[in-house]
Amino acid sequence: MLTRREALLGTVLTAAAVATVGAMPAVASTKDVAGLRREKVTLVPPPFVHAHDQVAKGGPKVVEFTMTIEEKPMVIDADGTQINAMTYNGSVPGPLMVVHEGDYVELTLINPETNTLAHNIDFHAATGALGGGELTLVNPGEQVTLRFKATRSGTFVYHCAPGGAMIPWHVVSGMSGAIMVLPRDGLKDDTGKPVRYDHIYYIGENDFYIPRDDQGQFKKYETAGDNYDDTLKVMRGLIPTHVVFNGRAGSLTGDNAMKAKVGETILIVHSQANRDTRPHLIGGHGDFVWEQGKFANPPAKDLETWFIRGGSAGAALYTFLQPGIYAYVNHNLIEAVELGATAHFTVEGNWDDDLMMQVEAPKAIAS
Amino acid sequence: MSLDPIFTSGTIAAAALIGLGITHAVDDSSLEFSQPIAVSELVILRPGSFDHPKAGEFLKENHPVAAPVVQETIHAPLEIMKYQVSVSEYGRCVADGACKPIDARNSGNVPVTGVSHMDAEAYATWLSSRTGEAWRLPTDVEWAYAAGERFRGDMESGESDPKNPARRWLARYRNEAALGRKPDPEPRLQGAFGINSKGLADVAGNIWEWTSTCYIHATMASDGVGIASSIDNCGVHVVEGFHRTYMSNFIRDGKSGGCAVGTPPDNLGFRLVRDQSSLMQVALRRLGFS
Repeated sequence: MLTRREALLGTVLTAAAVATVGAMPAVASTKDVAGLRREKVTLVPPPFVHAHDQVAKGGPKVVEFTMTIEEKPMVIDADGTQINAMTYNGSVPGPLMVVHEGDYVELTLINPETNTLAHNIDFHAATGALGGGELTLVNPGEQVTLRFKATRSGTFVYHCAPGGAMIPWHVVSGMSGAIMVLPRDGLKDDTGKPVRYDHIYYIGENDFYIPRDDQGQFKKYETAGDNYDDTLKVMRGLIPTHVVFNGRAGSLTGDNAMKAKVGETILIVHSQANRDTRPHLIGGHGDFVWEQGKFANPPAKDLETWFIRGGSAGAALYTFLQPGIYAYVNHNLIEAVELGATAHFTVEGNWDDDLMMQVEAPKAIAS
Repeated sequence: MSLDPIFTSGTIAAAALIGLGITHAVDDSSLEFSQPIAVSELVILRPGSFDHPKAGEFLKENHPVAAPVVQETIHAPLEIMKYQVSVSEYGRCVADGACKPIDARNSGNVPVTGVSHMDAEAYATWLSSRTGEAWRLPTDVEWAYAAGERFRGDMESGESDPKNPARRWLARYRNEAALGRKPDPEPRLQGAFGINSKGLADVAGNIWEWTSTCYIHATMASDGVGIASSIDNCGVHVVEGFHRTYMSNFIRDGKSGGCAVGTPPDNLGFRLVRDQSSLMQVALRRLGFS
């Protein structure tokens, strides 16, 4: 039964690695964990985030998640350009998971028989075993359950890392997401004062590398495997053809624009699993920004643009003060406008003339 | 508002009439001539009046308001191309060295796209010199007259709250989203978007068309109808199609040339009108009158 799957896996996993996986128990249950409360969470697709407490109620618990990996074609721009996407739970990025520091994350990862590739998951929030990647490699038709303790608070990337050249290829095919580990007593500002958010939005930024044909048109491929060689060549040039939020240029605009009201506070979690980026809210600010995403560090205040390192997730808290349309962009404006990294907020409420007003509308220059 | 039926179309309007000393008759009996260049099919519209929201941005008492609707009159018969200029037609101008090549790879009877206002002007100049006629881009008013029921105008919200400018921005954003128009980038064969009540093909399909009307900032007079003052910016021209928008003259791809918020044109193309009055002048010049 070592057929196509074996072949796809072959370039990926060394014999030694296989032996390691075989030798280690996937889960080492302890009495402590066995006695803990359990909570089952149903994940929701980005930019939305499953319901959660900002301040933990009670002691640590085991939070159970299930994610099904879906390989499927997805359209990534208005021209109908297609990628053979690899997804956690069907969305690019994968869903944002939220737990509290000290909780146990227990993930069941399912790789359905209909998929063609082996996948796994590397949690930057987890400790050991390549972030769990070593313990979670599943072939099509398999599932695995991993548990790790969320020992550090913050926003962290997770991504597929099945070894070698498969790692960046799976990641730039859409296979990343983020987890937010909140401090048990919630978020605090730079002075230690608690802060809360009314809405949370999760934005995953992806750089895509779509090969072109002789005419310069983007190519389409039957399966992910078909695009591998061509895609790798584009990837090695390090110049993405697309830089988008939530899997597609324009995914968070129009009817799908994010919503808020004047006076409401939002938390924007922004992840980029592969490449540096610099979010900016046009017309607004970051009141409190955890640029590196780690809540044990005090947030920076009043930022205009914040830097998200490739392979990390950050969080920005902002209270809207003025109504209107806000564009949330990667402030490499070429990437925002030409390559796709633009989202919108529509914000309702009363206009504040004190903050801004047009004193005089455009008119002929006074001579 | 009169919506005159067109009274000619479907015949080939001859491009060489003037050269032969024949003034053009506005009826069905247009003649066919063999031509070194293909002759565009024309629709000839009767003069008439109609209500039209002016193009540009309008201020009243320092606040933006919807464009004033005024009665516009087309005084002479309007001769306008039935179809948008095609790739093959434009290609002849390129072959003559008078037009810049386009990037698109379509060919034949597909509307030319990826053309700027400057490209459209260059084509009109070339066609005029090749035919001895006066071809030019339509004005915004002429385009709207010919577009008939397919004219939409600016994406407007109807909201105007001097105390809260954001209401207008939000309403317009929502209106636009509610239209639910999906991007439709692939140009189709001429005629694919059907014929409007005036006999023009492909109006407001997935090609936006350049006009000769400059973008303006205007301040309304206190009567709310007249224009008190206005500043033109002819580096930006009115573009008409599914909706009205404004583009810098050098933009060839509206998708990336558009504004940060709002529906960008799928494609930029154009059709031309043949100017009768100028035609007479050309004819007179040719006959030795000045």
